Amino acid sequence: MTSLTVLDLWAVAPEIVVATLACLVLVIDLYIRSERPCALAYPLTIGTLIVGAVISLAGLYDAPQLALNGLVVRDGVGDVLKTGTCLGTAAVLFYARDYAQERGLWRGEYLVLALFGVVGMMTMIGAAHLLTLYVGIELLALCLYGMIAMQRDSVRAAEAAMKYFILGALASGVLLYGMSLLYGLTGSLSLAAMSQASATLSSESLPLMLAIVMVVAGLLFKLGAVPFHMWVPDVYDGSATSTTLYLSAVPKLAAFAILLRLLFSGLGGWIDVWQDMLAVAAVLSIGLGNVVAIAQTSIKRMLAYSTISNMGFLLLGFFAGTAAGYSAAMAYAVIYMVSTLAVFGIILALTRSGFESDLLDDFRGLNERNPWLAFLMLTVMFSLAGIPPTAGFFAKLMVLQAALGAGFIEVVVVAAILAVVGAFYYLRVVKLMYFDPPEAGTLKIAAQGYRRATIWVLTVNTILLIAITPWIGEMIDFIASSLVHLNLS
Amino acid sequence: MALLNDHLLSVLIWFPVVGGILVLASCDDRRAGRARWTAVAVSVATFLLSIPLWSRFDRTSAEMQFVERIPWIERFQIEYFLGVDGISVPLVLLTTLLTMVVVVAGWRVVQARVAQYFAAFLIMEGLMIGVFCALDGILFYLFWEAMLIPMFLIIGVWGGPNRVYAAIKFFLYTLLGSLLMLVALLYLSRAAGGSFDLLFFHHLPLSAGVQTLVFLAFFAAFAVKIPMVPVHTWLPDAHVEAPTGGSVILAAITLKMGAYGFLRIAMPIAPDAAHQIAPIIIGLSLLAVVYIALVALVQQDMKKLIAYSSISHMGFVTLGFFVFETRAMEGAIVQMISHGFISGALFLCVGVLYDRLHSREIATYGGVIKVMPVFAFFIVFFAMANAGLPGTSGFVGEFLVILGTFSVNGWYAAVAALTLIVGAAYTLWMVKRVVFGPIQNPQVAEMEDLDRREFGMLLFVAAGVLLIGVWPAPLLEIMAASVDQLLAHVAVSKL
Repeated sequence: MTSLTVLDLWAVAPEIVVATLACLVLVIDLYIRSERPCALAYPLTIGTLIVGAVISLAGLYDAPQLALNGLVVRDGVGDVLKTGTCLGTAAVLFYARDYAQERGLWRGEYLVLALFGVVGMMTMIGAAHLLTLYVGIELLALCLYGMIAMQRDSVRAAEAAMKYFILGALASGVLLYGMSLLYGLTGSLSLAAMSQASATLSSESLPLMLAIVMVVAGLLFKLGAVPFHMWVPDVYDGSATSTTLYLSAVPKLAAFAILLRLLFSGLGGWIDVWQDMLAVAAVLSIGLGNVVAIAQTSIKRMLAYSTISNMGFLLLGFFAGTAAGYSAAMAYAVIYMVSTLAVFGIILALTRSGFESDLLDDFRGLNERNPWLAFLMLTVMFSLAGIPPTAGFFAKLMVLQAALGAGFIEVVVVAAILAVVGAFYYLRVVKLMYFDPPEAGTLKIAAQGYRRATIWVLTVNTILLIAITPWIGEMIDFIASSLVHLNLS
Repeated sequence: MALLNDHLLSVLIWFPVVGGILVLASCDDRRAGRARWTAVAVSVATFLLSIPLWSRFDRTSAEMQFVERIPWIERFQIEYFLGVDGISVPLVLLTTLLTMVVVVAGWRVVQARVAQYFAAFLIMEGLMIGVFCALDGILFYLFWEAMLIPMFLIIGVWGGPNRVYAAIKFFLYTLLGSLLMLVALLYLSRAAGGSFDLLFFHHLPLSAGVQTLVFLAFFAAFAVKIPMVPVHTWLPDAHVEAPTGGSVILAAITLKMGAYGFLRIAMPIAPDAAHQIAPIIIGLSLLAVVYIALVALVQQDMKKLIAYSSISHMGFVTLGFFVFETRAMEGAIVQMISHGFISGALFLCVGVLYDRLHSREIATYGGVIKVMPVFAFFIVFFAMANAGLPGTSGFVGEFLVILGTFSVNGWYAAVAALTLIVGAAYTLWMVKRVVFGPIQNPQVAEMEDLDRREFGMLLFVAAGVLLIGVWPAPLLEIMAASVDQLLAHVAVSKL
């Protein structure tokens, strides 16, 4: 046990700063009241997230460092993901503002929970120890339960929160059980020690297999992959759209991080145990997600199933277990986050007080009502479907290439064919917007003052999905370079 | 000018795309006139820019010319690699020529969302030129897939009553084939050590089993696009529902992309598999030529008839490719260009009628010649060309294919030649019922003859048909070296 040094603190500086400022936001919101809700807390929150992003980026090219007695690690991949988490959350809150205000959700607690959720995600990202990992997961989950349940007068939100809470607790239990078995087998909770133990402990060992099955099941639940996907549609649909945006977009980066930390850094030596499990989960997720999404009438439910299938694609890159696979999965997570931010941002921009805009039919004839938003939605839909020249295509391309590189050609062919099924429901949204006339009585969206800034940010957010194409190589290089220090074979 | 000298292909691809985006951004429906004129200006300028491609092309060389090659995604060795040979140059010119016609054709007809309409066609023009120029596998795939988006919107937004079904069917059909092609490209890249260079793939040794699988994956993509029997069912739907301009581009250029894919990708990469599977493809081609021609005979809808006629004529193209004979292959490429003009022109003619009576049923018309003599002249001319009348481009292509096929296998040629009869039958019968005879429908009596715009666009296409028909030498000359080299390459086994 060594004493705390400044370097240790620097390693967790982003977490410390965001947590401290989150407390400040809480206090300020309690004592300083203004006629508009969160008049001060909101800019402070956005500021906090930007500061968090800057501090995360500041150490980007430092050598990787284990800190706090091996509890956390600060490295390139962690810094990139933490930056993405902070910026993504800032975008979430920016899009969510008008919507949440109109529904009375825009209170200091909402922002504070979102910020603590960010702390949880950053802890997951920087975890080098099962304890920190678990604390991070639970911190995020508790914040999410709170945010969902905050919409007190909505029965569906209460149901969603309850469902998420019970299933989440169950999954945490399974994950913890797996972790305790791992502790028993390796004698340590540190991921580094576990990875050393793989030299002596054979992957044939039955207790080890059980432990890994438990851990993978817990992780798949957090990711929302089949067969642990049941909560995703209900929670997405039941939550207020602003909360759905928060829980669908940003945590995917942290989810990728815990996969990487736990399965690669910790259990990488036993890849032959978890590889096939992830392969099966990936194909099932892509299949079920894409097929069931077709039957949905609510766009939030449809996007929930789309998330399931997208997580399948992410796993497709990950289970390859190669450097190309990990960087493909990470790029997939980043591009997916940007797409999700855009799609929910558009949905939120279309809402009014008393009008949720969460049914597919609400998109009917959008091209006549607001051609620009329709065009943005079109771009995101094609990106999610993986049609070039959007970033979504390159995300899928890299993932398929990585899986093929690892020799899983059958999986790749099946995934490619299932992607055609998936294209259908994205096309249906385009069809509703462009081919169908608007329903009588739907209002033409005026450019209200506060909406104008939203449209600008949405435009940048969405156009990024096409505009990145010439520089997609640089983006992949950047992501791969952040993973270099992991000594990937 | 340096830009034009060194980056001619990039300019040809991106100029219309940027033009399309400008039309989209600067014009809305209140300024439809500006959208129209900008679109015409962009399409004419693109055509003028494509002329140097023809004039400065070195006809003695089979090498790729106007090459541009810069690394793009270095980690995956994906390059921005463009180049044209004697096979792609005519197709690029066909694209730039017909886009002009299509823009003019949509002038008055399209009244809703005008800017979006013209923008879609301009963007599509750039992407289609990209398909014919790309020499990197991923770049090719990018253009190939990206052009689905504007076409999907064109069919779905400005199409007929059943447009939604047709648009989605078109998109999903093509996507399924394309994704298998993507998997094949990824596989080849892995075998080639990471590169996606299509020309490098041409020389990549592959075992017989791998070649067969790779060829079948490419076949899935290209056969859907051409389309070959039995995956042709999307075409009649898409053609019938698409607006006139969309039908013209679909028939004239999109179908050629599939045929071009065989020449540029499938055959040279997997020559042994191509030889091995050739009898099946020839069988399917002959089936298309004869059976689909018979199907065309019984159609009540003019657009559907022309759509089936397209499938039948594209059967000639694939037949010409897979007998591996110089004249047949040259004939097939001439047939691609010629079919582009003729089918495009026939769709334009149907469009002219549809604009007046809003019906595509053959039975609606009759006696059109009495009220529209100039139009009748054009439709009879194009019908003759479609039936392969000597002196028109239709004759050159079909004749060369039959001639070449005959030297390989007389039976193939004999079956293929049946189309000269059936093709003439369905085309002329349609013309007879529409143009000649007494006027039975009182509305027909009130139709006006062609206005100057319609006259100009039909004359333009007719000139092309005649020119290739009486003087095909320049076209044959530009492709000769490349065809010879391709056949020599395919003749050498990779095993």
